[in-house]
Amino acid sequence: MSEITAQQVAHLANLARIDLSQEEIESLTSELGQIVEAVAKVQEVAGPDVPATSHPLPLTNVFREDEVRPSLTVEQALAAAPDRLDDKFKVAPILDEE
Amino acid sequence: MTDLTRLPAATLAGLLASGDVSSVEATRAHLDRIDAVDADVHAFLHVAGDKALATAEAIDARRAAGDALGPLAGVPVAIKDVLATADMPSTSGSKILEGYLPPYDATVVARLRAAGLVPLGKTNMDEFAMGSSTEHSAYGPTRNPWDLERIPGGSGGGSAAAVSAFEAPLALGSDTGGSIRQPAAVTGSVGVKPTYGGVSRYGAISLASSLDQVGPVSRTVLDAGLLHDVIGGHDPFDSTSLTDTWPSMADAARAGLVDGALRGVRVGVIKEISGDGYQAGVKQRFDESLAMLESAGAEIVEVSAPSFEYAVAAYYLILPAEASSNLARFDSVRFGLRVDPADGPVTVERVMAATRDAGFGPEVKRRIILGTYALSAGYYDAYYGSAQKVRTLIQRDFSAAFEKVDVLVSPSAPTTAFKFGEKLADPMAMYLNDVTTIPANLAGVPGMGLPIGLAPEDGLPVGLQLMAPARADARLYTIGAALERLLEEKWGHSLLSQAPDLSASEMFASEEGAV
Amino acid sequence: MAQAELMDFDKALELFEPVLGFEVHVELNTKTKMFCGCANEFGSGANTNTCPTCLGLPGGLPQVNKKAIESSIRLGLALDCQIAETSTFARKNYFYPDTAKNFQTSQYDEPIAFEGSVTIELENGREVVVAIERAHMEEDAGKLTHVGGATGRIQGADYSLVDYNRGGVPLVEIVTKMIEGAEADAPQIGSMYVRTIRDIVKGLGVSNARMEEGNVRCDANVSLRPRGSGKLGTRTETKNVNSLRSVERAVRYEIQRQAAILAAGGEIIQETRHWHEDTGTTSAGRPKSDADDYRYFPEPDLVPVAPSREWVEELRGTLPEAPAARRKRLTADWGFTVLEFQDVANADLLDEVEATVAAGATPAAARKWWTGEIARLANAQGVSASTLVSATHVAQLAQLVDAGTLTDRLARQVLEGVVAGEGSPQDVVDLRGLAVVSDDGALIAAIDDALAAQPDLLAKIRDGKVQAAGAVIGAVMKAMKGQADAARVRELVLERAGSSD
Repeated sequence: MSEITAQQVAHLANLARIDLSQEEIESLTSELGQIVEAVAKVQEVAGPDVPATSHPLPLTNVFREDEVRPSLTVEQALAAAPDRLDDKFKVAPILDEE
Repeated sequence: MTDLTRLPAATLAGLLASGDVSSVEATRAHLDRIDAVDADVHAFLHVAGDKALATAEAIDARRAAGDALGPLAGVPVAIKDVLATADMPSTSGSKILEGYLPPYDATVVARLRAAGLVPLGKTNMDEFAMGSSTEHSAYGPTRNPWDLERIPGGSGGGSAAAVSAFEAPLALGSDTGGSIRQPAAVTGSVGVKPTYGGVSRYGAISLASSLDQVGPVSRTVLDAGLLHDVIGGHDPFDSTSLTDTWPSMADAARAGLVDGALRGVRVGVIKEISGDGYQAGVKQRFDESLAMLESAGAEIVEVSAPSFEYAVAAYYLILPAEASSNLARFDSVRFGLRVDPADGPVTVERVMAATRDAGFGPEVKRRIILGTYALSAGYYDAYYGSAQKVRTLIQRDFSAAFEKVDVLVSPSAPTTAFKFGEKLADPMAMYLNDVTTIPANLAGVPGMGLPIGLAPEDGLPVGLQLMAPARADARLYTIGAALERLLEEKWGHSLLSQAPDLSASEMFASEEGAV
Repeated sequence: MAQAELMDFDKALELFEPVLGFEVHVELNTKTKMFCGCANEFGSGANTNTCPTCLGLPGGLPQVNKKAIESSIRLGLALDCQIAETSTFARKNYFYPDTAKNFQTSQYDEPIAFEGSVTIELENGREVVVAIERAHMEEDAGKLTHVGGATGRIQGADYSLVDYNRGGVPLVEIVTKMIEGAEADAPQIGSMYVRTIRDIVKGLGVSNARMEEGNVRCDANVSLRPRGSGKLGTRTETKNVNSLRSVERAVRYEIQRQAAILAAGGEIIQETRHWHEDTGTTSAGRPKSDADDYRYFPEPDLVPVAPSREWVEELRGTLPEAPAARRKRLTADWGFTVLEFQDVANADLLDEVEATVAAGATPAAARKWWTGEIARLANAQGVSASTLVSATHVAQLAQLVDAGTLTDRLARQVLEGVVAGEGSPQDVVDLRGLAVVSDDGALIAAIDDALAAQPDLLAKIRDGKVQAAGAVIGAVMKAMKGQADAARVRELVLERAGSSD
């Protein structure tokens, strides 16, 4: 199948929000290349007539009643916050609007 | 005075119930043992210390007051650091969660507490449960109590080492591709991965949501059953948990101790993972166990599961894909590590990226990138999509096999404990350690790992894996307990009683052929 | 920021054919969030309604809100959609600080509802059938506030603050198929479509449907196809369109903007744009890029939703009358003109008028009061009209005017009293003594007083000077404290003037 290139790895790292160093990109590229080659064999048996299984045991219609359950207190919610202002989580400026 | 740390949990529980021993005594004995050996073993990332003693005291007080207590009340337990504990750090073996205290307990932890068990501390693991040796822990490896130069298995090496070093009679682990069963094999202990959905995942830091299960780690099958009974069952907070009413696994284990328990049991040996190509001693002990089962009246049947050849490949697509999404939440915003970029503008995007680069180890990064790739536009069908199809085929293989047999067996791991560093250079080599255990996770069926002897060539533990149809966990306990009894009768003692004496700071492997 | 060039709208329509698409997000009014039991409440203190699940803490897991499923199915049925036999959740993966898990649990391959349609009626009477592609369930993100930059925008902010209360609130996203043939009605189609959706969800009771509170949000997709060309143009997606009027304006603006670019030989960039209410313009946001690879895959922490056909039919039985059908029925019943009906509908007072008519008022009177005085008072107080006064009271008021007990003017005073909580209209009349004086004797006496005070008025009236009559009437009304029928006073004044002194 297709080889993974360093450029692809860099793009994937961006998608995954991990700031990889150049060395990391290089070593990952060769490691992933080997891994991908090995795992690509799944295509050998994954014919069009084989359905995909996303859940090991077939369950359906698992619901919760629309009744309020106790929430965390504000202090609990914010206890581990790396940075906060009053009752909100504080983050550095956002570059990209969603 | 009996060394309380040498007792199986069931025995200790009996002494606690009869009042012969207090929970404080039992807890202190284990804390002392941890003090004595954990500097070498490093099974624990956090030891509860005074907190554990306080909990033990409270249980003792309740018992004295005549409160009705559960069968394991007062028994100490170690908890894999993948589980959220509100009063102890929960790091999942990662720097990105160093010191993190969750504002809640995992459901299984809440159940432990409600049943009166005494949490001793949190055990070491491969970072985010990704690994087969615990070498990928961000806090240093755990060492195999049988040989401190060797790995204790992974990702749950800490829990397995804790019980096999007698630091705890029981532990909780998690198993995504073998992380309970493979460490059990290489440390001579017992571990069970329940049917998918049999035990709640709420509060278990997710690795691969469709593969993860929490399960018991112990030294005996009965002990595992007792712990399984505490933690198992439906949890409305986990939408994938089964609503079945489960029978008592402890009772199922006891049923295995009845004479004739193995008579007529059809035991399937899976051709594709029956030991060909495995370490000689592993294959030998496995074959001996089969012979033993047969002498006890079981019927050994060879079955074929051709799709198992693709199991590792499918697993290493499904896991990284789900993990890449599950680990996205580690982003410096609400909890955990925050690292600013070394230079350039400080935007939240760059803080996230710098944090994740600093906080995740190489194996985690590897799998996140691989998973991102497997899901990305243009590659989904070829990789993740195809892997999900292999999963269907593996389920079909299991179904077909279970038409012919009651239980399936294989070695739990292809080799005994390897030395540190031996498999780090080649990720694929490491991944192949899970070749026998992965299929059960993909299919959702339950599996048990129990010790079947020491390999003659190195005197290190060998484990056998039992697998049963989905929801037939009890069957594992009955057959496992029966086999365990046969083996211990043959040996005249438990396997772990042969483990090196760690506190004597002299290590030796068991004599060749001793077991 | 340089103002974009705009082509004249009619000219743009000559050269190009607008093609539209709308994505409307409806916030459901369930008690709890989509995937956890935290309260779904607007305006609570920051981060007071969170839990490990909606806060994206390690180990959190989702649990599906049954009521949200029910509401989504009902909404799908009201949109004439098919309801899926099996519907699954999927993860939409992207990093953003308001998205606690850095993925949104949404739906992808198997939405709960699909293949429907909505018929809308424009002000000009044209009926347009809007085909619905799908309606699917998803969760809302938290709220970001940007601090330090100009006007609270992202650009140039010093830091941002996150409140996750809204994170996890259930949303239904309704996606239309491509709308062609809109022609010059395109802007109105946009606003009327969104309004119709709003009316539907309000009628179903599944959402508070207040656009100003973000209960109904619209993204407008606009592209232009050159006349005679078979090829579709590149579309832009305009977000942040928070009112019906904005939808109309934004669609119009994009048509004009894109036409200018295309006519000058330029190309439209496929991008997300933002609508600016203050300037009435759109501005470029991020261009669509590879970074938009959302890597959708089936949500492993949730199992499929398989609504039985019995349940679906049961829910179908709970649907109220469709807005279009209701409109037709009421217009016919009330005998209003299209414009008169629209007056009521635009002011969102259909329910109130209908209830007032049911309570005994004539449609005309009901309409007059609700869209007139009551709406005025409501605007002044910044509340919605229905909170001020009940339909029963309005009907009673109208009846008092009809019976001649009150003049229009007096009735307005009585209304104020009712709104102030003084009781029913009759109570206020009695309390304040506001009934019209119907005794001619008293009126004549007052007229005589007025004439006596200004003797020259009589001569002027006889001379035909209308204002003089008015002055007398005014004086009398003042003396009667308004409690007289001015028309009757006028009659009497003229009689008086006509009779010989």
